[in-house]
Amino acid sequence: MAKMLTGYNAVAEAVKACNPDVIPAYPITPQTDIVERISEMVADGELTSEYVKVDSEFNAASTAIGASAAGARVFTATCSQGLKLMSEPLFSASGMRLPLVLAVANRSLSAPLSIWGDHTDTFAERDGGMIQFYAEDVQEAMDNIAIAYRVAEDNEISLPALSCLDGFILTHVQEGVEPFSEEELSGFLPQRDPIYTLDPSNPKTMGAYARPEHWTETRYTVHKAQLKAKDKIADAVEEFADIFGREYGLEHRGLIETYRAEDADVILVALGSICGTIRYIVDEYRKKGEKIGIVRPRVYRPFPVEELNKVLEDAEAIAVIEKDISLGYQGGLAIDIKSAMYSTGSRIPILNFIAGLAGRDVRKDNIRKMVEQTKEVRGKNPEDVGFENEERWDSLRTEILPGDDEL
Amino acid sequence: MEQTVCWCGMEQIRIHGRGGQGCVTMASMMAEAAFESGKHAQGFPSFGVERLGAPIESYVRVDERKITDRSQVYNPDYVIVQDSTLIELVDVAGGLKEDGMIIVNSSKDAEDIDIDTEAKIVTVDATEIALKHLGRPIMNTALAGAFTRATGLIKKESMAGIIRETFGGEIGEKNVKAMKEAYEAVE
Repeated sequence: MAKMLTGYNAVAEAVKACNPDVIPAYPITPQTDIVERISEMVADGELTSEYVKVDSEFNAASTAIGASAAGARVFTATCSQGLKLMSEPLFSASGMRLPLVLAVANRSLSAPLSIWGDHTDTFAERDGGMIQFYAEDVQEAMDNIAIAYRVAEDNEISLPALSCLDGFILTHVQEGVEPFSEEELSGFLPQRDPIYTLDPSNPKTMGAYARPEHWTETRYTVHKAQLKAKDKIADAVEEFADIFGREYGLEHRGLIETYRAEDADVILVALGSICGTIRYIVDEYRKKGEKIGIVRPRVYRPFPVEELNKVLEDAEAIAVIEKDISLGYQGGLAIDIKSAMYSTGSRIPILNFIAGLAGRDVRKDNIRKMVEQTKEVRGKNPEDVGFENEERWDSLRTEILPGDDEL
Repeated sequence: MEQTVCWCGMEQIRIHGRGGQGCVTMASMMAEAAFESGKHAQGFPSFGVERLGAPIESYVRVDERKITDRSQVYNPDYVIVQDSTLIELVDVAGGLKEDGMIIVNSSKDAEDIDIDTEAKIVTVDATEIALKHLGRPIMNTALAGAFTRATGLIKKESMAGIIRETFGGEIGEKNVKAMKEAYEAVE
């Protein structure tokens, strides 16, 4: 039955339904409410997980790795600097092929310190072998927890997964959702059944030293598992839809979702909650007879290159709107989209808008401006759009910038 | 000013309060009540570090169709002011639609409230009503009752149900009484 839940409570409900064995937890805004709610569930006996209060995110991730190595289903949550502190052990988790599921309440990185949201924290983990899901709304954030467990714990995959939701925008909004129970989930999410576990009666070492003659092959297998995860995500999303009736881009194997993009001349590509706001702008343009659409990757790693190329190939202009900047060279998502499209010989101009960093509100007017700028480059060659315009900073307050001499 | 889109049947509410006055709880209860009334609803706070006594805002959106707008509320249809001392400090009517309404917790009559707006001003002495029923100046539920009557956006029964669910037991019943008295006090 549908009920109103705040994002953090909704994620906690989804975690409860997945019934992890071990939950190491360390607080950080705006994630804290997720693990706080879970600690209440454990204290009230609603959830029998081993809840481990640790002294840092480093320890949270390390405890998660230890528990996963012993065969446990593990959950933790973090964001921002907390994810940075987890990063060191998380890279090991993928190399050790240990499944973990983390909820990440996306938040910007210091400095300057900011508690507000963007995607710079998870984009900085891009190369760590973690599967990355991005939710558009609270329901999807809940559903992605279950889908993430199903994929991460599949023995052919066996990798950590980040289930990302925009900090504050989704963690602290209250909206109608359909929660699910452990029982309802039982056919979808089987008990974890690992091939190898740490076992005193059969001792083994995990994550040990590898010489150059072995290391490359371990990384290759992680890469192959990432690629294989696309098939597993497709299966999981399809089966999830059969059971719960909620569909996430089934025609694109659950890896991307589109909105009115089929015949669109101008396509906006973005991750997460911002797509909800963009939907209104798309409807507005459609009403005027202008063909605008949205392509929303649900998964950033593995990168859904085939699915993106297919839905983007007939556009006249593309805008990648993202809450990330790879300092020194454009936004991370745009870099990947350009690589995907231009390697096929496509010459569609792709603009990159950096927007909504550290919680700066992306208003409908901002999105209209981005659409108008993208309309202007229709039919142009990418090189004519100009190198200096390869990324455009939305609502940049030039009046508070230092002069050119000081930059 | 943000362009208003004609197809959008969404109603947006902005609540002004001070940290500790229950601004976020009020948005939450109103969103839940709208949801119980059979509508789609979204409630959220102004994100940030809340401090006791500092001016804060919270927001509610109500629509017949699913709400996916994640931008903040700039052009509310309704504004609720929990604490009338905020009127001097904050542009409480900022962006308020001309045919909208602003509901102020105040013992004064509407014509004595100094807010520069074309929108209709409604006052209710929610603090007095709260003191009477609760013995404490926690006026959210009373103010929600006034809003319910003045706007018709939420059903009174839904509001009462959510108040009972939120507070429970005797406190819940007292709050429902405060809500109903404020409901009756508004034209």
